[in-house]
Amino acid sequence: MSGTIWVLAEHWRGQLSPVTYELLALGREVADALGVPLEAVLLGHGASGLAATLGCADSVLYGDHPALAEPMAQPYAEALAALALENRPAAVLIPLTNVSMGVGPLLAARLGCAGVNFAKDLTVRDGRIEAQCLLYGGKIQACVASAGGTVIEGVWPGARQADQGRSDRVPPVREVQLSLAEPRVRLKQYVDPEAGDVNLAEQEVLVAVGRGIQSQDNLELAENLAAALGGAVCGSRPVIDQGWLPLVRQVGKSGVTVKPKLYIAAGISGAPEHVEGMRDADVIVAINSDPSAPIFEVADYGIVGDALDVLPALAEAVEARKG
Amino acid sequence: MAAATPATELASCFTTLDNLLAAEEGPRVLSCIQCGTCVGACPYGDVMQYPPRRIIAMLRAGMIEQVFRSESLLTCVACYACMAKCPRDIRLTEILLPLVKERTLLELPELPAELQRALQNMLRYGNPMGESARKRAAWVKTAGVPIRILGESPGPVDVLWFVECYSSYYARGQDNARATARLFQALGTDFAILGNEEKCAGECGRLTWEPGLYETLMDSNMAVFRKYDFQRVVTSCPHAHNAFSTRYPAAGFNWPLDIAAGYFFRNLDKLRPRLTKKLGYKVAYHDPCCLRRQDEFFEAPRGLLRALPGVKLVEMAHNRMNSLCCGGGGGGMWLDTYYKVKGYERLSERRVKEAIATGADVLAVSCPYEVSRFEDALKVLGHDKQMIVRDVVELVAEAMEV
Amino acid sequence: MNILVLLKMVPDVVEELEIAPDGKSLASDALRMILSESDDHALEQALLLKERHGGVITVVAADGPEVDDALYTAAAKGADRVVKITGLEAGWGTRGLAHAFARVISTLPGLAPFDLILTGTQAIDDLDALVAPSVAYELDLPYVPIVSRVQVDPAAREADVFKEYPGGVRGEFAAPLPAMLGIQSAEKPPRYVPVAKVRAAMKTVKIEPAALATAADGGGPLVYVLAMAKPQASGRAEMLEGAPEEVAAKLCETLASRGLLAGRAA
Repeated sequence: MSGTIWVLAEHWRGQLSPVTYELLALGREVADALGVPLEAVLLGHGASGLAATLGCADSVLYGDHPALAEPMAQPYAEALAALALENRPAAVLIPLTNVSMGVGPLLAARLGCAGVNFAKDLTVRDGRIEAQCLLYGGKIQACVASAGGTVIEGVWPGARQADQGRSDRVPPVREVQLSLAEPRVRLKQYVDPEAGDVNLAEQEVLVAVGRGIQSQDNLELAENLAAALGGAVCGSRPVIDQGWLPLVRQVGKSGVTVKPKLYIAAGISGAPEHVEGMRDADVIVAINSDPSAPIFEVADYGIVGDALDVLPALAEAVEARKG
Repeated sequence: MAAATPATELASCFTTLDNLLAAEEGPRVLSCIQCGTCVGACPYGDVMQYPPRRIIAMLRAGMIEQVFRSESLLTCVACYACMAKCPRDIRLTEILLPLVKERTLLELPELPAELQRALQNMLRYGNPMGESARKRAAWVKTAGVPIRILGESPGPVDVLWFVECYSSYYARGQDNARATARLFQALGTDFAILGNEEKCAGECGRLTWEPGLYETLMDSNMAVFRKYDFQRVVTSCPHAHNAFSTRYPAAGFNWPLDIAAGYFFRNLDKLRPRLTKKLGYKVAYHDPCCLRRQDEFFEAPRGLLRALPGVKLVEMAHNRMNSLCCGGGGGGMWLDTYYKVKGYERLSERRVKEAIATGADVLAVSCPYEVSRFEDALKVLGHDKQMIVRDVVELVAEAMEV
Repeated sequence: MNILVLLKMVPDVVEELEIAPDGKSLASDALRMILSESDDHALEQALLLKERHGGVITVVAADGPEVDDALYTAAAKGADRVVKITGLEAGWGTRGLAHAFARVISTLPGLAPFDLILTGTQAIDDLDALVAPSVAYELDLPYVPIVSRVQVDPAAREADVFKEYPGGVRGEFAAPLPAMLGIQSAEKPPRYVPVAKVRAAMKTVKIEPAALATAADGGGPLVYVLAMAKPQASGRAEMLEGAPEEVAAKLCETLASRGLLAGRAA
């Protein structure tokens, strides 16, 4: 086994995802600790131009094939498996995002090797990679290792700062020929969400609501606070699933990633799928009745209480200050 | 209105809509004179598609299916207003309406989400909030007085205090629980609670659609009751009181039963010397509906209030037998969004307006649902600075010297 | 249509999760299990497809605490057949479970030929694999994850599905049947089933056991938990205490001092 650390360079609709750079930064640390090379694996069709910014890695392995034109789990896993059997990496880092969902487990199944999911960090101890994994919606942390052989690590966005993984250095690229089966699943089209009146990414203040808001009625409380603060209301997945807010207001894995100056999370537990969408906000205030809710891990200020009581009190206090 | 007779009425527990007319209640239902008093008394009578009178007419005409295929029963808040006034003594709220609700639950293509969640939570966690059953007695640590939990110290006890869900899990409910515990202590009552073994009495389940859920909760609570040795049951929740007095006897519940305010009223002479703090409140009292609008429950809370120094008692336009429901019963607690979407006035807001009209500064209640419903209504109507909501027991504890 | 639904029980996070004395697993006394949320959606989606196209739904789950309740509930909701896999080794994790599912689907009479397998796209305890892609690999099925809408053309033997992407974008995919779909959310929230119906199912429905012959091949865990812990309070959050009005006032002060309150008087 060569022992190289691989990072899958995720890209979608012509752009490399920021998480790619995060994983390069992480992979760099792991590779250095093990004294092995770091290689970025870029898969696509006519996508070699994307390799230029992956210079944090020692080299780029580029696989081109029509079947890889769009990121899809089965062709990507097939390609990675073929490359891995040739090159025998020590570990393959794959981001836990919607774009790359399924690639890791499929790859591990194909190779018959260990797969780790939900990692938020990787460290090296005694020559072995240990993953810190978030289980049960972020309520439990597990330190996980594999028995040996190649390990596929599924890593949450946010493990490192993307800037740490960017580099001006242009890496050497080796292009590999791939022979892949015709994909059976066919992409027909991408459907963009209806443009809403509000672009969450442009807001300086966001008041986010989750399950703890209990009913659509109570959205008003968040709206009042948002109005008082000059911001907008957004929500975590359950609120969107219930139809209380439209899709464009979803923050998190299937929604948008936001970086406002102030993010108030009310009645949101803080599962990784949501946190990845807002962890970079300047100031995060969390309101939750459960003192052990994972949201308090990422918050700057925490209030243990009922969102339905705190939101109106806060709106009132803010309005009062305005005089 | 007729009082429920334990033995014979309770055979009605096992009545279904199909055999209703052949059951004991059948002739009474058929004797309906279609006077429409029920509709007039019903707080949602103006928007309800099939009020009791029409339900009976449809039943007689063999068209009852139309009723339980509609959403009409979602507007019944199980407030006993119709049953209290029915000149034929038909057990509307206790027999006919729950049966139609049951069928409606089965036929509704989609249950309003909040209500569905509450029912699922009651089944799984023993409370509608969806909180862990293991946290039900967590409030005890904050009580300030020692509270015995039977699971931990099982010996004989005089009073089993059935605390119920809102008093256990909700902040404002816990205020009430703490006040109640203080009064028990002041009286030297030998009392204990079931703690985490207690589950919702399930009254919401019976009057709210789900006999299967109700039976599950009842079976669980009865099994726990049978483990212990107690003389009487006092409960803080009128919904639980209703379940214990109307349905649980069929499962073997035969303990003397009291509502907390009733218990403290009967012991008022012992409490009176300690009620020394002058409160200076003008208080309007809201009668809880699910004590079945029975005379015996009207005077006890009022007696307690009159005994408090500096408290002036005023009456709202609708009081006692004619009380106006807060809208929390029959599942209404979890249907506010549904009512809003339909454009119905919230009953809690209607009632709060009546309270404000009396000039009172305190709205006194005896049901844990009402505290949150009326506090919300006061905020929505912008009257929350003028008036506060307090359980009668909280007021008594407030008047008590420390 | 012949639809298989694969279910899994996961720890109910409403309960406080405690670490067992061995320091690397959950303490079992406080633990309650609940059907994985996206599996519930998978079942709902299957029921919707059956309502539209007719057919048979078979629900498969592995034996374990509280699973019978989930199976009877599925039956009460409309599943035609409920199968419980026995003989799965404790501690096998999701990889082992997926392997067990694939074996049973291949060998239990009447499950194949199927048109669709639906299961949740991911569960909160999926440490070492995901059921959907792993089973898809073993059974050589086309696979789409994070599915939020399913339409089937039985005549064309094709499913048209939406997969979720970032930013609320959806990808519309066509998958030939038979296919494996990892369901994120059904088109409607999982339906309510009255307790009475579940209790009736407990009396009338037979859960079919499917014994897994212990196999040396596949299934055994390849990853190990070295230690488990509740996340250390990072100490990062400044906790504000008091009644709502108090914390609101404190927070306002803090936000103002950080220049975050818009439009305040000079």
